[in-house]
Parts: sequence; structure tokens; C-alpha cells
Amino acid sequence: MGAIFKREFKSYFSTPIGYIVLAAFYFFLGLYFSLIYSYGAPDIESAIMAMSTVIVFTLPILTMRLMSEDRRQKVDQALLTAPVGLTSIVMGKFLAALAVFALGFAPTLIFEIIIIAYVSVNVLSYIYAILGMLLLGGTLIAIGMFISSLTESSVISAILTLVINILVLYMSSFASMINIEWIANVINKAAFITAFESFGENIFSVTDIVYFLSIIGVFLFLCVRSLEKRRWS
Amino acid sequence: MINVTGLSKRYGTHLAVENVSFDIQKGEVIGFLGPNGAGKSTIMNILTGYLSMTQGSVKIDGFDIMEYPEEAKRRIGYLPEIPPLYIDMKVREYLNFIYDLKKVKFPKKPHIDEILKLVKIDNVQNRLIKNLSKGYRQRVGFAQALIGNPDVLILDEPTVGLDPKQIIEIRNLIARLGKNHTIILSSHILSEIQAVCKRVIIINRGQIVADDTAENLSNKLSSDRSLVARIVCTEKEMLEALQTVKGVNAVTSLGRKEDGSFDFLIEPVAGADIREAVFDRVVSRGRKLLSLSSNSASLEQVFLRLTEATDNDEARRMLGIEEAAAPAVDEATEAKEEEEA
Repeated sequence: MGAIFKREFKSYFSTPIGYIVLAAFYFFLGLYFSLIYSYGAPDIESAIMAMSTVIVFTLPILTMRLMSEDRRQKVDQALLTAPVGLTSIVMGKFLAALAVFALGFAPTLIFEIIIIAYVSVNVLSYIYAILGMLLLGGTLIAIGMFISSLTESSVISAILTLVINILVLYMSSFASMINIEWIANVINKAAFITAFESFGENIFSVTDIVYFLSIIGVFLFLCVRSLEKRRWS
Repeated sequence: MINVTGLSKRYGTHLAVENVSFDIQKGEVIGFLGPNGAGKSTIMNILTGYLSMTQGSVKIDGFDIMEYPEEAKRRIGYLPEIPPLYIDMKVREYLNFIYDLKKVKFPKKPHIDEILKLVKIDNVQNRLIKNLSKGYRQRVGFAQALIGNPDVLILDEPTVGLDPKQIIEIRNLIARLGKNHTIILSSHILSEIQAVCKRVIIINRGQIVADDTAENLSNKLSSDRSLVARIVCTEKEMLEALQTVKGVNAVTSLGRKEDGSFDFLIEPVAGADIREAVFDRVVSRGRKLLSLSSNSASLEQVFLRLTEATDNDEARRMLGIEEAAAPAVDEATEAKEEEEA
């Protein structure tokens, strides 16, 4: 797992992908933070929460090549014939993408320190917001990685992931368009954004943590199965 | 070292590998020979655990590849048809990655240094793989297979796309590694198999049609001892002259291959050695014999005759393999036919 993690993490920065994604993150984080700050509210949580739109569009870039590129270049033959389990391969890649994602939110630490220097704030709410962001990011990465494992083309993978991310994240908006009440209710309950927003409201909800962790688990499992299935086809 | 029993692989309705069984002892170097699409790569992919089999079992050093994949894979170094390289990495960086991936126990730096020297890529170790030529990439792929010093090396067409000098280098390397490794090598280049492998397994349409030493195979198929003679003469005259040599069954002219001379294929009656008689006859006619060579089947011809046979049963008959030797195959074929019916 360690070897795969190291390689994938490095490869983000030996290609422009890592830099592009991080640049987008830093730009929007800075923008949102300064906008909110200009209204006089030292509210870093809102800046982090507002990033959900940005990650919908940038995460597909991070996950598009994760699995598909190996297959296209036939490197998967080296991975799958090495004495490592499929789970380690999938976990290594997942954690590498998650690490780059987490790096994207590293500047918020500096923002937080600046704020603390001037006003007294609840550090816990910052931690919740970051935790929520990592869980949401992890979920979208797991979904994107699964989609990437289905195809050899990183372009198809990116587009499909983008579409699904948009659908998934704005599920509750779609729910409001549905007239049948119980369906709308079900969608609302299952919507990512509902679970995600609770982290921004300074609520520590075990349900929501478990909700995200289980979705991550399901998609990582599907990803392993998708690698396994290739051997049997 | 490697035990394969009743291996079959089905892709949808297409049977790519059908009831293949063989055993390879420790230290053997064997060649897989077959035309494109015969199933060589599929068999190798199954041996290394990249693909699963539909039926049968593969054991590497006693470890079943499906039940104990990590133990089995630890003993195998695999160079697939297309070397599995991350082209955005540097050579040394890539080999370090493979070293970590395979969880090798040897000290890292000396081990990788040794392999770099062995396959002669130490001069490009800090270059990006994407900037390397095909020959170098192939060697990096080779180095990748050697990391961890596995007992078994499985090499799928290791010299494809290389220039003649590189081919000889790789071939020498395989011969050297063959002294303390078990090697399976696939190729459709026959001279390569002949050069490094003692035992040859010929595969056609997913089945083994022959499993023997290279010499035995060509002997079995070339019971006739025809000669090819190149003589400075006129065609008609010499045809008549050779026809009457004692022990000659038939003479055919092969036409003019070199200016001023003709080539003749001379077939003796069974068991006769006619070389001296042919020489004497040519001299007695006052003609000059430029060359006289045996027409015994080279491995190449063996290969072509076996794989062009209308079906694999005919190929086995050519080799004199009794039907009883492969009853399992017949059963499988019958089962398949029943299924299709």
C-alpha cells in the first residue's frame, strides 16, 4: 500500500494535474475567505463550505486517471502480478488522492491562525468543517475512482464523474422538483449536501460521519470488485 | 516448480485455452511457441495470476495461484508483452517503486544497482522512461521482472521490436539467467527458442500440440533425408543424370537460384544415404557441385507444419503421438461439441 501511495502522490506532481487542482483550490479558498472577511465576519467555516461547488468540478481531474491510466498503459499487469492484494492497491491510490485533496485545504490553517490572533473563535467548528470537507472529498474521490476503474479512457472517466458529482451533490435541489412527497423525502434524506451542511453548523453528528464513511467503503469495495472482475472476464 | 493441470480459459463463447497441462522442473528453460493468437499470452497471464482460469489449476513451487496468490506471485518475475512501465517516472525511481511494491528483503541500493548493470541500463537510470527507445523500455521491463530475484521468470516475447544487436544481448542474458532460474519464454521467432530453450511447447488454437526437445521435434518430422544440391549445369541434363543414381527416388528442379547453376531437390528411397553417390555422379558428368545440404526440417518447418495442420489431431498424428496420450483433450472437445449442439 505504501509503495502505491507514494507513487500516486508523486505522480500528481510530476504531471501538471496536482498543481492545477491545488491552484484552483487555493484561488477559490482565498477568494471566498477574503469576500466573507470583507463583510466583517471572521467566518472561515463558510469559506470551506462554499468550496463544495469548486470540488465538484476539480475532483474529477484528480480521479480520472487513477485507475484508467494503469489499464491503458498496461501497468496494471505489474501491479496485479505483484505480491500485493487488490485492497492495498485501491487503498493506496485512494489515500494518495485524498492526501492531495487535504493539501488543498492546508492554507485554511494559516487563515485560522490569523483569525485566532485577532478574535476569539470556536476552533472546534473549524475542525468540524474540515472534517466534513474531508469526508465529502473522500466520498467523491471513492466514486470517481470507481468510475475510473470502469474505463480505459481518462476523458470518459472525468466527464462521467463530473456528471455524477453534480447529480449527487445537488440531489436535494432536484428533490424539490419532484411532486411526489415520499420520493422527495427519501432523496432529501439521502442527499450528500444535507449531511455535509450539518458539519458547517457546528453539529457533531455521528450519523453523518457514518453515512459518509459507509459510502466511501461501498465504492472502494466496488472498485476492488471491478479490478477482480477484469480477471474473470 | 510449475505444475499446470487441465487449464482452460473461455472468453464468452470463445475457448482461448483448452485443457493445457504441463510440468516444469526447477532450472528448466522452456519455450512457448505458437502463431499469434494461439493462447501463449493468455496462458502466461494465468500463470502469473493476472487472469483467472475457467478450469484447471496452476501451482508455483507448490502454491496454488488462486488460493495463495501472494506466495505464488512472490516467486514469479513477469515481463508481459508490453512492458508495464509508468512512463512519467525515471528508470531508477520506477525500479525503486517495483522494489517497494514487491516487498523485497534484499538491501535496496546494491540490489537495484546489480540489476541495472545486468540489463545494461545503468547509463539511463536517471532518464524519464517516456524518453527511452523501445529497446531500452524493453530492458527496463526486464529489470522490473528481475527485482526480488524470483525463482521463476515468465517472459512474453522479450525480444520483440528490438534490433539484432539488442536481440543477441537479451538472448545471452536469458541464457545466463537460465543457469539459476526457471524460465518460460514465449516467441514466434523460432531461432530464439532454439538458441536458449532445451524444451519446446508448441501451442496452437489454445492447445498443446507438441511438448518435447527441439531436436526430437525436428527429427520426428524429418524422417526423410532429402538433399538440396546446387550444380553448375544445364537443367535437363542433370535431371536425367541424377534420376539414375542408385537409391534416388525422385528429383525435382528448384530452378535457377544463382547465375549459371541450378538447384535440385533429391529424395532418396527410405533409409538410403545417397550423398556420396550424388557427388560422384556430378563429378563423372564433368560438372561442378557448388553445395549439397540436408533438407531436414528446421524447427521453423516443424512449427509451420504443425500449426498449419487442419486440426490439432492431425498435428499430433504427424508427431506420432497416440490418441491415448491425450484422452482428456478428446473428452473436452466432445463436451464442447455437445454444448454447441
